[in-house]
Amino acid sequence: MVKTLGKVHSIISNLVIVKTEGPVSQNEICFIELGNEKLMAEVIKVNGDFASVQVFESTRGLKPGMNVVFEQHMLEVSLGPGLLSKNFDGLQNDLDKMEGVFLKRGEYTNPLEDDKKWAFEPMAKAGDKVKAADWLGNVKENWLDHKIMVPFKFKGEYTVVSVAKAGEYTINDTIAVLKDASGKEVNVTMVQKWPVKLPIRAYVDKPRPFRPMETGIRVIDTMNPMLEGGTGFIPGPFGTGKTVLQHALAKYADADVIIMAACGERANEVVEIFTEFPELVDPRSGRSLYERTTIIANTSNMPVAAREASVYTAMTLGEYYRAMGLKVLLLADSTSRWAQALREMSNRMEELPGQDAFPMDLSAIISNFYARAGIVYLNNGKTGSVTFIGTVSPAGGNLKEPVTESTKKVARCFYALSQNRADSKRYPAIDTLDSYSKYLEYPEFVDYAAKNISESWIDDVNEARNMLVRGRETAEQIDILGDDSVPVDYHITLWKAELIDFVILQQDAFDNIDGNTSMERQQLMLNLVLGVVRADFEFESFEEVNPYFKRIINAFKQMNYSEYKSDKFYQYKAEAEAIIAERIKK
Amino acid sequence: MAAVFQKIYTKITQITKATCSLKAEGVGNDELALVDGRLAQVVKIWGDTITLQVFSGTEGIPTDAEVTFLGKAPSLKVSDDLCGRFFNAFGDPIDGGPAIEGEEREIGGPSVNPVRRKQPSHLIATGIAGIDLNNTLVSGQKIPFFADPDQPYNQVMANVALRAEADRIILGGMGLTNDDYLYFKNLFDNAGVLDRIVSFVNTTEAPPVERLLVPDMALTAAEYFAVDKNENVLVLLTDMTLYADALAIVSNRMDQIPSKDSMPGSLYSDLAKIYEKAVQFPSGGSITIIAVTTLSGGDITHAIPDNTGYITEGQLFLRKDTEIGKVIVDPFRSLSRLKQLVIGKQTRKDHPQVMNAAVRLYADASNARTKLENGFDLTDYDKRTLDFAREYSNDLLAIDVNISTTEMLDTAWGLFRKYFDKAELGIKQEIVDEFGGYQDK
Repeated sequence: MVKTLGKVHSIISNLVIVKTEGPVSQNEICFIELGNEKLMAEVIKVNGDFASVQVFESTRGLKPGMNVVFEQHMLEVSLGPGLLSKNFDGLQNDLDKMEGVFLKRGEYTNPLEDDKKWAFEPMAKAGDKVKAADWLGNVKENWLDHKIMVPFKFKGEYTVVSVAKAGEYTINDTIAVLKDASGKEVNVTMVQKWPVKLPIRAYVDKPRPFRPMETGIRVIDTMNPMLEGGTGFIPGPFGTGKTVLQHALAKYADADVIIMAACGERANEVVEIFTEFPELVDPRSGRSLYERTTIIANTSNMPVAAREASVYTAMTLGEYYRAMGLKVLLLADSTSRWAQALREMSNRMEELPGQDAFPMDLSAIISNFYARAGIVYLNNGKTGSVTFIGTVSPAGGNLKEPVTESTKKVARCFYALSQNRADSKRYPAIDTLDSYSKYLEYPEFVDYAAKNISESWIDDVNEARNMLVRGRETAEQIDILGDDSVPVDYHITLWKAELIDFVILQQDAFDNIDGNTSMERQQLMLNLVLGVVRADFEFESFEEVNPYFKRIINAFKQMNYSEYKSDKFYQYKAEAEAIIAERIKK
Repeated sequence: MAAVFQKIYTKITQITKATCSLKAEGVGNDELALVDGRLAQVVKIWGDTITLQVFSGTEGIPTDAEVTFLGKAPSLKVSDDLCGRFFNAFGDPIDGGPAIEGEEREIGGPSVNPVRRKQPSHLIATGIAGIDLNNTLVSGQKIPFFADPDQPYNQVMANVALRAEADRIILGGMGLTNDDYLYFKNLFDNAGVLDRIVSFVNTTEAPPVERLLVPDMALTAAEYFAVDKNENVLVLLTDMTLYADALAIVSNRMDQIPSKDSMPGSLYSDLAKIYEKAVQFPSGGSITIIAVTTLSGGDITHAIPDNTGYITEGQLFLRKDTEIGKVIVDPFRSLSRLKQLVIGKQTRKDHPQVMNAAVRLYADASNARTKLENGFDLTDYDKRTLDFAREYSNDLLAIDVNISTTEMLDTAWGLFRKYFDKAELGIKQEIVDEFGGYQDK
C-alpha cells in the first residue's frame, strides 16, 4: 500500500490544514517534514481534500508547501514486557532514552527494549484453539507475571501451530506461530500494537463491580468505598491535597499495577514521583514500588495536543495489563487539563462552543473514557480490572462547571475535597458528607460486605454517616446560639461526630502505620468508635465535654499510630476503654 | 535566508487594531516581520494569506506599507554583557548603552525533559518571617505574590530579590508604571548590585501587546545563566495579571471564543509555559520564579489567579493587618508547596512544629475575634490568643521583618512562653524541652 502524501496549506498554532493527495482516515497519524525534523500529528477533521491535523509539537517555522506523509494507522502504542518502571511522555516515548536536558522537537524514542532477553514460559501448546487475548506464555516482568497474548487485533479463531520452548527471547523473536481458519500462518512476537482511542474488548463479560479495591485510606474504604473496576473522581480547588491523596492511593492501594498519567500538571510533582517511588517499599511485595508503576508524564509545559493522547495511552496500557488477569489502578491528574486541551483545539477549528467554550461533545468524550474502566471476565474465566480515579481541577473551585458536571454523570464515586477541611488541616480533606460512593447501594457489594467484612457493615457505615450529619447541624446551632445557651446534649452530639472525624476520617498520609489501614483494622476502629457514639454519657456542664472527648480521641489516635495488634495498640485500646467507662451511663 | 529577507511586500489586504494580513509566500509560522518599520509576528497562515500581529499596534499603518519578513522567530542575543542592563520587550537596550553582542537564541525555547529535572532542595532565605518561617522558598520553585493593587508588592519582591543569595536576578516588568521602573532602577543602583541584574521592562507607556514578549525574553536570559553558567537565577515577573490581560486582547482581536472571565481558553497552557521554566538543573544551575499576580478585591476565583494557583507551587498572600497598621504575609492563605523539602532539614529541627503551632494559635485568635464581634464572652485563653496574635503579627508576619530563621524561631518561642502553657502548644515534648526555654514549673 502506498502512503498518502500531502502538503501543508494553513497553520494556526498547532492546528495545521493539509492538502491531501489521496485517501486519509479520521485519527490517522501523519508526519510533517520540517527540514530534518518530523513532526507527528493526528487527523481530527477531513473536509474534501483538506485534512485538519493537530500537531503534537511546536509548529514554529512550519511553512505552507512542506511535505506531509500519512502513516495509515491511528495513534498506537507498543504493548509488551518492559512497560513497567518506565517514564513515558503522552505519545509513549521513553523519556529516559532522550538525550540532553531539554526535549527536542521531533525526537521519538522506543518505548520497549529490542535487545533485552525475557525468560519465556509457554502456556499454550500446538493444536490449541485460541482467540485474541488468550494467553500463549508468560515472562517475569520485575516480579509480576506478564502474559504474552494472542494479539488483540486478531479476529476469529486460530489454531496454535507451534509455541517457542521455555528460554530467553527478545520481544521481537517469534514465540508462537498461529494458523487462521483459512490456513494462513502468522508469527506472534511478545510485542503488539494497539490504537489508543479504541477500547480493548478482548474479554468475555464485563459485570458490575462487586468487590472492594482496598486503598488503605479510611475515608474511602469505610465511608465511600471504591470497588475493583470502579470509577471515581476527585475534584478540588488548588491547595486541598489532591496530589498527596493520589500519591497515597498509588502507594497503598491493593493493585498489581499502578499507572499514573500526569496530564498537564506541574513538572516538579512528577519529579517527586520519580524521586520518591523508587525509594518506597511496596508493602505487598517488599520490593520497590516503582517496579509495578508506569508513569505517563505530559506536564503542563509539554505540547498541549499530546495531553489528550496521554490519558488514552495510560488507559490502553491499563487495559493491556487487565487482559493478563491483573488488578490495575489508573490515576489521571488532571482530567481538566485534558478537557482544556480539547477546548483549545475546538476553538481553533472554530466549532460552535458549549458552556465555558468547551466543545459540545465534552460530556460524551468523558463518559466514553470512563466506560473503558471495569472488571472483566477473561476468556479463561479469570478476572482482571482497571480501576480509574481521575482528578478534576474546577475553575475557581466551583463544582458547577462543565468538566466536573460531565464527570459526575459517569463516575460512580465522588471524593469532594473541601477547602475548609484543608484550611483546618483535617487531612485527607475529603468531605465525607459531600462525597458519595454509589457502590454502597449495589446489591453485589452489600452481599459481599455482609459475607466478607461483617453482617452489619453497611448499616454501621450509614450510622456513622448519620452521626456526622447530626454533628454538622449541631455545630451550626451552637455557633448561632453560643456554647452555654444550648443543652449539654448538643455538645455531646457534636463531639461524637468529631470523634468519627478525628479517628476514622483523618489520617496521616505521611505516617508509615497510620497512612495505610487494612480493612480488618478499619472494621475494628469503626466498631470502637460506634460503641462510643451509641453510648450515653453523663456530664455536669458543657465545659467537661470537650476535654473528655479529646482524651478519648487521643487514645484512639495513638492506636491508629501503633502497629496493629501490638502491645502498644492494646495498651491504648485499654486506655480508651477506661476513659469511656468513667462517664458512661450504665 | 537572505532571499526571504529582501522581498518587500506592499499590499496589505486587511488591518485590525492588532493585526494585519497580506499575501506572501515562503513564510514560516511564528516568524518575525517588519510592517512599516514596526515589529510583527506571524500568528496565522491561511493558504497564501499571512496574518501578522503588530506588537505596537496598527495605528496609522497604510495598506501600501512595506512589509519584510525576517526569517526568524523572536530572539535574544545572550552573553555576560546582559548584566547590569535594561532592555525593552524586544531585547533592545533602553538605558542608552550599546547593543549586546552574543549568541542569538530564539525565545520561548523547548521544555526541560521531566526526567532530567532534579528535586528542588536549596532553601532561599529572605529575612521575612512571613516567608522564611511559614512559607519557605526553595530554589527551582515558582511562586507568585497575590496582592491587591494598593499593596507594596513590588517593594517586597525587590527586597526578596536583594536578600536572596542568587547569582543572578532577571527582572521582567510588564506594564510597570514609569515610577515603579525608576524605583527598581534606583534600588538596584543604590544597592550596588546592578552587575548581577538584567532587566526587561515594558512600561505602561509602551503598547500592551509588547508585554507578551517580556517573560520569554527574561527566561531566555535566565536559561543562559542557569544552563551555560550553572548559576542560581532568580526571575521576577511583575505583573502577570497585566500579561494575561494582553493575552486576552490578542485572542479577542483574533476572534477567538473567550472562556471564563473573558480570558482565552489557552490561559492555563500559556501561563504554565512560563512558570514551568522554573527548574533545578542536574548540573547545579537553577531558575526560581517569583511573580506578582494582582487581584481584584482579593478575589482568587478570577481566572488569572485561579489558573496561576493550579500552576505555581503555592502563593504568598499580602494583606493589610489593620490592628497593627502593617502589611503582613497572610499565614492562612499563603502556601509554599515545596517548604517540606527544606524546613527542619536545612533549618533548625523545631521549625515545622513551631510554624504549625504559631499558625494554629493565630487561627484560635481569629475565632476569638469572631466570638467578640458576635457579642459572646471571651475566655481567658481567648484573650491570651488575641494578645499573642497582635505580637505575632507585628514581630513575625509583618513584611518589614528582617532576621535569620533561627531568630524567627526564638522569637516565636518567646511569644509562646509569654502567653501559653507548654501543654497548650501541642508541640512534641522533646522539642519543647530542647528549644522551648520554659522554666519547669
